[in-house]
Amino acid sequence: MNDHEFSVQALRQKDRSEFDRLVDSLSDPLYRLALKMLGNPQDAEDVLQNTFIKAMLNIDTFEQRSSLSTWLYRIAVNESLMLLRKKKPEVSLDESTPDDDQVADYAPKEFTDWCCLPEEEFLNAESRQMLDSAIRLLPETLRVVFLLRDIEGLSIQETSEALDLTETAVKTRLLRARLRLREHLSGFYSERVKSRKDEHE
Amino acid sequence: MSEHEHIHCSELLGSLSDYIDGVASEALCQEIETHMASCENCRVVVDTLRKTIALYQTLGEETPEISSTARERLYRTLNMEKFL
Repeated sequence: MNDHEFSVQALRQKDRSEFDRLVDSLSDPLYRLALKMLGNPQDAEDVLQNTFIKAMLNIDTFEQRSSLSTWLYRIAVNESLMLLRKKKPEVSLDESTPDDDQVADYAPKEFTDWCCLPEEEFLNAESRQMLDSAIRLLPETLRVVFLLRDIEGLSIQETSEALDLTETAVKTRLLRARLRLREHLSGFYSERVKSRKDEHE
Repeated sequence: MSEHEHIHCSELLGSLSDYIDGVASEALCQEIETHMASCENCRVVVDTLRKTIALYQTLGEETPEISSTARERLYRTLNMEKFL
């Protein structure tokens, strides 16, 4: 996150060009995040608009305890979760995956080495669809951590600031998200390894 | 994961992210690598976990940017807002 170039002071003074620069540089990453959270371009667009509007309406209360872009990520995450809750009232950021369950619950069960598959196996339409559906199957608590940290490249500290979680909770959730995804992918790709082996026999 | 190495395997599980992200201590890295040299399952878990993250990062880079029409709509909406 390199947003030291944004001037909070200019934004507070309603400087149009500073606001335009902010929108220019954060539209794509925030849209991407919302799209991955919600799976729907129209919803992602709504989240993006609301994020910038809320940011500007509340810029005077921004305490600068995190960077400006992390703060915008935080608003976008909250907007996305609100929309998800509206559509699926059972969604909750707090308890769908408690942090006090055992790491053993996430212990790997699939041990096929599928890294050796040719690249085309990973890039075809079926594989992409599986990757998308695996991420959608994650509880929101885990998905949002994985998206911010591994897809958007926020640090553990930035992710914890964006989600108002401790760094320990972020690390725990990140590991669980990664292990769940690996398990899901392993189920799919181990079948591919097997069928390629069968084809060659 | 073999029975006699069970403790080692579960210890490794908790340190996996640090190891993969390159922030584990040198001593921990060495311990994990020594363990993986004799535990095929853990080696596979580490390799496939790395690959899992890499695949999602590739997919993330390919996620379409906001379309030009959506971007125009965004600018139009933001321009009309009274907050500026």
